[in-house]
Amino acid sequence: MEILNELKKSTRQAYGEVLLELGKEKDNLFVMDADLSVSTKTCYFAKSFPKRFYNAGIAEQNMIGIASGLSKTGKTVIVSTLAVFTPGRVFDQVRNTLVHSNCDVKIVATHGGISVGKDGSSHQSIEDIALARVIPGMRVIVPCDAVETKKVIKKVVDTKGPFYVRLGRADVPVITSEETEFEIGKGYVLKEGKDVTLIGCGMTVFEILGAADILASENIDAEVINMSSIKPIDGDLIIESANKTKKIFTCEEHSIIGGLGSAVLETLEEKIDVFVKRIGIQDCFGESGLPEELFEKYGLSATKITEKVKKYIG
Amino acid sequence: MYKDSIKILEIKSNIARQKIIEVTTEVEGGHLAGSLSCIDILIAIYFKVLKHKPKNPNWENRDRFILSKGHGAPALYTVLAMNKYFPEEELFTLRKINSRLQGHPDCKKLPGIEISTGSLGQGLSVAVGMALGYKYDGKNSQIYCLLGDGECDEGQVWEAAMFASSYNLKNITIIIDRNGYQIDGRTEDVMKLEPLDLKWKSFGWEVEEIDGHDMRKIVDVLDKSRGRRIVIIAHTIKGKGVSFLENNNAYHAKPCSRKDCKRAIVELSKKYELI
Repeated sequence: MEILNELKKSTRQAYGEVLLELGKEKDNLFVMDADLSVSTKTCYFAKSFPKRFYNAGIAEQNMIGIASGLSKTGKTVIVSTLAVFTPGRVFDQVRNTLVHSNCDVKIVATHGGISVGKDGSSHQSIEDIALARVIPGMRVIVPCDAVETKKVIKKVVDTKGPFYVRLGRADVPVITSEETEFEIGKGYVLKEGKDVTLIGCGMTVFEILGAADILASENIDAEVINMSSIKPIDGDLIIESANKTKKIFTCEEHSIIGGLGSAVLETLEEKIDVFVKRIGIQDCFGESGLPEELFEKYGLSATKITEKVKKYIG
Repeated sequence: MYKDSIKILEIKSNIARQKIIEVTTEVEGGHLAGSLSCIDILIAIYFKVLKHKPKNPNWENRDRFILSKGHGAPALYTVLAMNKYFPEEELFTLRKINSRLQGHPDCKKLPGIEISTGSLGQGLSVAVGMALGYKYDGKNSQIYCLLGDGECDEGQVWEAAMFASSYNLKNITIIIDRNGYQIDGRTEDVMKLEPLDLKWKSFGWEVEEIDGHDMRKIVDVLDKSRGRRIVIIAHTIKGKGVSFLENNNAYHAKPCSRKDCKRAIVELSKKYELI
């Protein structure tokens, strides 16, 4: 697939920008951060709408509770910090207060995955999708680029109840367009193919598109799916594609335990005739390095994905 | 007049105690002793202090009450039932399958519950968030939050305390049910809380200390707390009201046997006559 736009932008940057738009449109939208507003990009909203922005300081657990209480006075609240702190550090607060009480609070976490880069493993969240996904009623979205991020944020703000949205720190090429759809619970075929299905979310969608290009040059026709909505997941699309190709590879900058790959496997649990391979972080911590170096080392680059696909479907 | 109204509250407390003991015995579960330590406070709040409409629990200008010590559910449910949030006979479904009266309060199931609680240390943050929302909206209603004393071990309580004073909220009243016990023993043996008053003062809160079973004092201090950011340390007795339950930590999460239930009811009935 041809990349429509040369533009590279981080999803967190797009988030900061769309919050500004939404702040103007919606008097009822409140934003909270835990002393990371410059990193998460909530700083733009904070500057423009200071009365609707509350900084909780370096106290994420309290932030979740404050946001929950605030929402129960009839407001829509977005909370942001790094993905490694929420839902990880605040799991109990998210489970027992925020989601249990069905609060209208959206957790938008930035710095998801190993593409955080040089800060190293303490700041690279590889468990957050699993932690968020397992909470009853929590919905989990991982947009693939800046354009999709804006649609996702608008959609979750307009949809009552809790969400977890995972964004990234690093710049990522824009691969969707203003016209591309986004619906909660829908996956999107970016390239049709018949030999193998590649499913990604977040930054890995660009990598599986690259892998599909390489595979095409070797006469392997890969279908590429952007599965930004991980919960609810588009089971119909997965099964339809699986019936066609019989071979599915999932790819995510997250542990292979509990993330996108697990969600896809769960969807296919009654289908015995489909081969599924999960590409992701192999039950280990990340490390410092450039995002592209880390993607190469941990098997998430287009070339590494291609190698893995060829190894299994030869 | 004032004296009479206090007497009526005392009578209601006595009835509520009997009900809590009867219900927990009947359903064979529930945190009995900590429900009895906070019931006088709950009676004062729901019958005297709180602006609320049981027939319209989501009335937007209501005061709000958060039971951060969610295990005090038997006490809260009893007071809500006495206020006609739901029929009193439903109390006997406590902790049973398909009941709206969960072991710990579930706001999705039962009207009158502002937020689900049960995992300790989280209710104050929610209460502060509500106070923040009311302040933004310019409402002059008050948020009341009941904390257990053992619960103050949780760091999140102090994060919320810091937040409330940092944002200069003046519409929140905390009542600490200072019964001196947590599950594993005396609070001062498990994890020292004292000097508790100085801790709260240093976090930017006014502090009042009262006898948490003196109805006149409870009503008085709660009435005067409106429009302030204040902590009321209510010195209470775990299992208060029944001789063999008082300061007996074995009843933290255990109800009376049927035989002891009868003894307890007889004792409380005698006290009722004396009010």
